[in-house]
Amino acid sequence: MTDVKMENVANVADRPVRRSGLGSLIERVGTHNFSLLIALAALIAIFGSLRPDVFFLLRNILNIGQAIAILGILATAQTIVIISGGLDISVGAMVGLSTVCIALAVGWTNSPALSILFGVAVGAIAGLVNGLIITVGRINAVIATLGTMAVFRGVAFIISNGQSISIFDPAFRFIGDGKILGVPVTILVLVIVVVIFLVLMRYTITGRNIYAIGGNPVVARLAGLNVRAYQIGIYTLSGAAAGLGGMLLAARTGSGQPISGSEGLELEAITAAVLGGCALTGGKGTIIGGLLGVLIIGVLDNGLILTSVPTFFQMVAKGVLLIAAVIIAEQQARRYG
Amino acid sequence: MSQIDSTGRRGEAPRRNPGDRGESGGREAAPALAALGVSKRFGVVRALDDVTLTVRAGEILALVGENGAGKSTLVRIFEGVYRPDQGALMAAGVQQTLRSPADAHAIGIRVIHQEPDIIPDLSIAENLFLGDFRRIRGVFLDRADLARRTRSLLAEFGLENDLSPWTRAGDLSPAQRQLMEIMRALRRGLKVLALDEPTSSLTEDEAQRLFRVVRRLRDDGVGIIYISHRMREIRDLADRIAVLRDGRLVDERPTHGFPEAQIVQAMVGRPISDLYERGPRRRGEITLSVQGLTTKRVHDVSFDVRSGEVVGLAGLVGAGRSELAEAIFGYDRALAGSVAVDGRPVRLRSPADAIAAGIGFAPEDRRSQALLLLRSVKDNISLAIPDLISRFDFINDGAERRVAGALVDRLRIRTPSLDASVSKLSGGNQQKVVLGRWLARRPKVLILDEPTRGVDVGAKAEIYRLIAELAREGIALLVISSEMPELLGVADRILVMAGGRVVAEMPRDEASEERILSRAMADNLTAAATAQ
Repeated sequence: MTDVKMENVANVADRPVRRSGLGSLIERVGTHNFSLLIALAALIAIFGSLRPDVFFLLRNILNIGQAIAILGILATAQTIVIISGGLDISVGAMVGLSTVCIALAVGWTNSPALSILFGVAVGAIAGLVNGLIITVGRINAVIATLGTMAVFRGVAFIISNGQSISIFDPAFRFIGDGKILGVPVTILVLVIVVVIFLVLMRYTITGRNIYAIGGNPVVARLAGLNVRAYQIGIYTLSGAAAGLGGMLLAARTGSGQPISGSEGLELEAITAAVLGGCALTGGKGTIIGGLLGVLIIGVLDNGLILTSVPTFFQMVAKGVLLIAAVIIAEQQARRYG
Repeated sequence: MSQIDSTGRRGEAPRRNPGDRGESGGREAAPALAALGVSKRFGVVRALDDVTLTVRAGEILALVGENGAGKSTLVRIFEGVYRPDQGALMAAGVQQTLRSPADAHAIGIRVIHQEPDIIPDLSIAENLFLGDFRRIRGVFLDRADLARRTRSLLAEFGLENDLSPWTRAGDLSPAQRQLMEIMRALRRGLKVLALDEPTSSLTEDEAQRLFRVVRRLRDDGVGIIYISHRMREIRDLADRIAVLRDGRLVDERPTHGFPEAQIVQAMVGRPISDLYERGPRRRGEITLSVQGLTTKRVHDVSFDVRSGEVVGLAGLVGAGRSELAEAIFGYDRALAGSVAVDGRPVRLRSPADAIAAGIGFAPEDRRSQALLLLRSVKDNISLAIPDLISRFDFINDGAERRVAGALVDRLRIRTPSLDASVSKLSGGNQQKVVLGRWLARRPKVLILDEPTRGVDVGAKAEIYRLIAELAREGIALLVISSEMPELLGVADRILVMAGGRVVAEMPRDEASEERILSRAMADNLTAAATAQ
């Protein structure tokens, strides 16, 4: 079979590849992302027709956006980690740790800016610890971050005495419920983060090299890349993103809670990334794909609530629909890929 | 049954017609397997076009052709993986319809693929007899029987002292895995055995053992289909040679009436005047200087390579050649010694240091060490030149395409576009992509480890031409190869390695295959003896 393909390639070597309108659109978006768009459109059509009165209201759409802001940041960061060939299971715990640290910092400093910086820095340091354990300690990323997940969660409980810490600073609370030009601040933060990640992964050498080390670390090293430095940087970035996510959560709930981010947030982030086309073996995936994965989860959550599906059934429906979406995406990818 | 002289000397091996062997006297042996007018298309590509080919019982038929000629497709049809669009398969005198490899196995057809298919966490014995375990009282695995059967197979390959039946398969060398795959096919009822490039990862010694087994199978009446790019072993081994080109059978003759030049001409469809190009070269100053380099597997190696010089590194597999290359490139940690480029010492902490000093390295295993198989031709070429194609870390797409495009043109890399996945390219073109990656950096030193492995004849000639061209441009080249004619063809000077040391050095005009081999093997024995 390989023989045949090679011959094919050789014969068309001098001809530019040209495709029909739909084909070129699919090519530009990427086959996987295209199928995700179809899946998303299908979900919107289903819920839109079931609750046409509410679903398309601006209020509801902003609701969806706010609901996915934190997951969106975590999932796109997780996408980068998975592309690099790693996995970060400790993000939920880092979110919890960061909410507590921010709440404490607001109390000490009365400065939202400093507190936000502190929260993100705490996340980054936690991520740095992950990166050092994985690279210097040469420990499998899953095991390492499973371990640190428990440690970070424990630290969050210790420094908060297990209590929820309230935040009263109105400027800080504005991040959680304020709007700029009619757009909730949380959504703006999400958009900024996604744009930065998108540019990083698509247009920079750093992003290209992250694909390389995830695709094959031996090849990357033999091409002169400092694989460990990249890995440490990526886990630090993942931690910083979790810190930012914690900041949004603290602002929305007006509190720092050591337990927050523990309801399967890391698994949802990984799910969204994989739904978005990441291969857990590394080297493959896109930020847009990760974001589309998050949007699908967000629309699904929202739609199930709007259509009054009982909570327990929601969980079942969500799992089934996610698997169905991945199956459809895979089949589309096979047809066009 | 006569045992054929297994030393496999070149040129003087007696060629015998399949008919005049054994008890059958002058009669032609019966066809073991035949393709009658077989055609197969994949989309617009005609992979096989009306191929009629017979493998007789008790003969070795070599199937040669460039990549894409249709050899693998034909073998996969024999194996039941593909079904022909037209034409028929005949085996055991009747027409056969093979729907799966299991169907092929049932009528005694086995195929050995290039990449062995093993379960790393099972033992050799379990891998060999998976699906064929004998039981005690219908329940318990008969381990004694399994070990006995495995040992007798190992003995046939002369491996009974090296390997225990319970060795984990994942711990085997690539060569040993290949041999294990062949052992697995040696079942009762074997009628036809197809081997697809079985020697590409074997040492000379292991290859000779394999040939002995293949000849014995032939003498036992098995029809052998042997696919290889190595002309020498084809001429040594095969009774008959069939040449495929563009899906058609273009020539088929007994080996003794089929000179090498004609075989190559049939394969490529044009005469190849000289595989090795060798213009006048000027040797310059010492560019690469290695002094006392020592790692776990390399001991006190010193040598120089001048600008414009091609130094060949010969030796058996395991002699430490690749390990030496990795040490020079900073991939393997040096315990002692030094490397200098243009007189300036290179710090050997990582490949990045070697690259910065002007060294490029195309490793032995393209797919696992050199190429990002998920990425495009362009991305693979530009992997090592981030500084040349970016500003403030942002990729300059135009600059990148110019650099990559120029190299694709210069190296004549056949690819649909710069954005095509590198995994879709042929072996030769993949190798050229790897070379392109380093040429983009304008290196002073280039280390090529088995640069033509898995590459067809046409692309080989191009790579040899390229090596000569790079030398003329003043690059210092270190070429590792297990193919002696290749080394003798491209190198100005040859270093022979054994047991992690350089044991001999000879200029090209004094070097010969016999001299190289005798040094490589003699010193290997001494090294083994002193180690004990």
